[in-house]
Amino acid sequence: MAVNTPPRLGFEYAPAPEATDHFQLAGVYKLFLDGEFVAPASEQHLATINPATEETLAEVSVANEADVDRAVKAARKAFATWSKLPGSTRARYLFRISRIIQERARELAIVESMDGGKPIKESRDVDIPIAAAHFHYYAGWADKLEWAFPNRKASPIGVAGQIIPWNFPLLMLAWKIAPALACGNTVVLKPARTTPLTALLFAQICQQAELPPGVVNIVTGISSTGAAMVAHPDIDKIAFTGSTDVGKYIMRTTAGTRKRLTLELGGKSANIVFDDAPLDQAVEGIINGIFFNQGHVCCAGSRLLVQESIAAPFLDKLRARMARLRVGNPLDKNTDIGAINSADQLQTIKEYVESGITEGAEIFQPPCELPKRGFWFPPTVFSNVSQSHRIAREEIFGPVLSTLTFRTPEEAVAKANNTPYGLAAGIWTDKGSQILWMAQHLNAGVVWANTYNRFDPTSPFGGYKESGFGREGGWHGLHPYLELH
Amino acid sequence: MSAVRSTPPKAPELDIRKTYKLYIDGKFVRTESGRTYQVAGGRVNAPRGSRKDVRNAVAAARKAFDGWSGRTAYNRGQVIYRIAEMLDARRGEFVSLLGKGPAAEREVDQAVDSLVWYAGWCDKLHAVAGTVNPVAGPYFNFTFPEPTGVVGLIAPEEPALLGLVRHLAPALCGGNVIVALVSESQPLAGLVFGEALATSDVPAGVVNLVSGSHSELLAILAGHMDVNAIDVAACNDSEVKQVQLLAEANVKRIVRSDGTHSLEAITSLMEMKTVWHPIGH
Amino acid sequence: MAAVTSTPIEALLRQVPPVDQVAVEERAASLASRSIKKSSKLWALDLAIRVMDLTTLEGADTTGRVRSLCAKALRPAPGDPSIPHTAAVCVYPSMAAVARECVGDSGVHVASVVTAFPSGQSFLAVKVAEVKTAVAAGADEVDMVIARGAFLAGDYAKVYDEIVAVRKACGEAHLKVILETGELGSYDAVRRASHIAMAAGADFIKTSTGKVSPAATLPVSLVMMEAIRDWYQFTGRAVGFKPAGGIKTAKQAIAHLVLVNETLGADWLTPERYRIGASSLLNDILMQIAKQRSGVYSSAGYFTEA
Repeated sequence: MAVNTPPRLGFEYAPAPEATDHFQLAGVYKLFLDGEFVAPASEQHLATINPATEETLAEVSVANEADVDRAVKAARKAFATWSKLPGSTRARYLFRISRIIQERARELAIVESMDGGKPIKESRDVDIPIAAAHFHYYAGWADKLEWAFPNRKASPIGVAGQIIPWNFPLLMLAWKIAPALACGNTVVLKPARTTPLTALLFAQICQQAELPPGVVNIVTGISSTGAAMVAHPDIDKIAFTGSTDVGKYIMRTTAGTRKRLTLELGGKSANIVFDDAPLDQAVEGIINGIFFNQGHVCCAGSRLLVQESIAAPFLDKLRARMARLRVGNPLDKNTDIGAINSADQLQTIKEYVESGITEGAEIFQPPCELPKRGFWFPPTVFSNVSQSHRIAREEIFGPVLSTLTFRTPEEAVAKANNTPYGLAAGIWTDKGSQILWMAQHLNAGVVWANTYNRFDPTSPFGGYKESGFGREGGWHGLHPYLELH
Repeated sequence: MSAVRSTPPKAPELDIRKTYKLYIDGKFVRTESGRTYQVAGGRVNAPRGSRKDVRNAVAAARKAFDGWSGRTAYNRGQVIYRIAEMLDARRGEFVSLLGKGPAAEREVDQAVDSLVWYAGWCDKLHAVAGTVNPVAGPYFNFTFPEPTGVVGLIAPEEPALLGLVRHLAPALCGGNVIVALVSESQPLAGLVFGEALATSDVPAGVVNLVSGSHSELLAILAGHMDVNAIDVAACNDSEVKQVQLLAEANVKRIVRSDGTHSLEAITSLMEMKTVWHPIGH
Repeated sequence: MAAVTSTPIEALLRQVPPVDQVAVEERAASLASRSIKKSSKLWALDLAIRVMDLTTLEGADTTGRVRSLCAKALRPAPGDPSIPHTAAVCVYPSMAAVARECVGDSGVHVASVVTAFPSGQSFLAVKVAEVKTAVAAGADEVDMVIARGAFLAGDYAKVYDEIVAVRKACGEAHLKVILETGELGSYDAVRRASHIAMAAGADFIKTSTGKVSPAATLPVSLVMMEAIRDWYQFTGRAVGFKPAGGIKTAKQAIAHLVLVNETLGADWLTPERYRIGASSLLNDILMQIAKQRSGVYSSAGYFTEA
């Protein structure tokens, strides 16, 4: 007898919202240029909203070409001294920053969740702690570059223009700024349009740490702000995390210049479950792979490849587990899935889900009550998906999982690799030799075996193929910010 | 009267000239276009490779990739060392193609050196460019380099042999497969290098050598969606820009190595793969 | 090579999936971080009492000690009728009759540990006789231990057969099977042992005797509940679960209830399908209830010792 309906929940958890009364956001934020908060030359501002309530949190400045130019000039000026500081001094600044992030962790976590919609338990337990850890990690490298590259002389590149996405705002900032500064570069960083606030709090942290003016400049704004950075002749390097389309735009735009690039782009990563897998933990891994941060994760395990012999019972388990996910207020400590980051992104997700239905895939969404205001999407899994379906090929960047089946390890590899992307992959099996064989054959920069979506400053991250190039994290993460002679 | 039959003085033997061919998929082939252009002071008709030759070369390279990248590092090192042996064995022909004299001798020596140097890196680069990463949790985590895939190489005009070899060797060392445009003005040494490859246990398709007009073929190679990386070392700025503009279509890696021996010459054509696994029981 | 033969239980065990230690511990930790506040906290604390097997299992247990325990089980907070009685008292077989007499028909059950508890190192005949005697003495429920020696030696059939024999000896009494997870060495073994016990007819599976550490950890509980969930999926038979040993605080008890809630669901949040074996836990729960109701932190002196 099969009992396929997920058991009902016994007790409702009373709301457990994180308190927000111990700090105050400014009404209007200026740009952070040359160590000061200054009004934008553009005289333009935009509202940043809480996607869970659609309420305005603050107004931030829109940097135009002139503002970007001011930022680059400040960074260029600062580069002359910052790059000449002893590595040990740069290290101390970075250690300081790491500590201040830890001290202000709660405030940063709450603002991250309010501005971006992610569950507080994720911003509290993942984003902010790992951001602090990144500064701590790269601080230690700053005075050890001659040990990192024996026989070579390592010198910084110059002014780095860094453009980051809205899915892990402070964490992506840390991934970009920490190695750049450790290696002696100065930076102009543009946070995403919808999630600028923690970057502005980070600017305050730079002031608290007494970081020399101009070493870090934060230009908030819109896509034209980023375009101005990409086009700026005095930026030596562009580091970008975001969509493959924009990555390609950056490649085109910088063609013929001497700008160096690192690109961390999209993905359509396969999470592969074999019939001998630890099934209950695999279910958790699939859930974490696709529903972590509402699926707004470049390395999200958005394609489930499950061995055909266990597909039916495995999907039963998965659906039952999905019914346990708590969708709602990002600031509630029990929320598993928060708000979709923006109205635009919600629209994109809805279009993809429509296409999945139209193309004939079978949809499952657990019953869940979504709040009236704000941007929400329920956890969704498609089964009976074919390789040719759009939902199996294109990055949705939302809580939507596409399930395909395979029969043999060779077929699993062939299907997993059948994509222009190559960011990550997951393998679930109890057989050690099979893990290593799969890891060898999957075209992906990160392979999680019997786990998924783990991140650490010591661990390099980045893609194969159209998922970009260059690595962030670890020893390898130093390369993009150094010239070796 | 006895006539003395005089044998006419023996005329010098006529040269057996070599027909120079492209080297694609382990075979020496005429360009499918049937075109040639004159090199070596007009004495030699070199094949003028076409769009389809490049296409065939990329297809052959892709087909060879799994096999070559799947070889053990030890084996790849031996095969590359074998190329050095075969090059050295044909030293006379190369020296003569390169214009004879000490400079030509030196160029062949350096090309052999380069192959030997990179041969030795095959089974060491993982130890130097790979890492074990002490993540803050119960996971074993390591990073190791893997070949990028099909590499397009635009060899410098000169040195015609050394320029090709010292860019090709690091790419091969990392396990990549290669489609190279040999020197346009002096293609013969590059094409004959194919003969050294053909006799050195290099599997068919791993290295493909095409001669012809760089300006014609560059765009084909740079735009090809199954080419993963391009080494533009020999390109001028406007050619580099042309490659960069085309490379975005499939996010090609663009490498500008200067040909000096370095670990980065190898790793710049490699991808870093990081693997996580829980530590438990 | 000998012909391939296997007992039915060995065939069953081949279908039991492996367990990844790190992942199961992470899942348990993540559930333990649920924030249970206000009304839901009070609800959970009340439930924790209703599913409690208030336990004393000491060589020094006396009639007086057991009477005192039973009184506490019947009225955990004398004078406060809003506090429910516990599900059962759990005692050694020699004390079953005393307990029976104390709890009467109050609804508090008498559970007796059996089968040469805690080691289980005795003869099957002795174990069977002990079960029958305990039931005759008034035990509604018996908590047996599995033969860990046989299990660790790979003699799964023996473990299985012994449970079947005890099951038969129980008659109408409810059978809880203690795996003593702290001695099994891995979650894989716990998962296998769970399936053996359920296949052999256990009404409940239970983590520990309380005499071995670690005992009822969250991850081991999760592994056993996942086994129960799968068993229910495949056979339709609902087996109960009892964590016992090491659950001393209200916070721990709530974490266990969250685990049940999100693994097995509401149908298991009843004394018929879920118990917590504990002794000192009860007063901590009473203190937390007092705190929730009054808003001020309480003191141990205001709660009766068992």
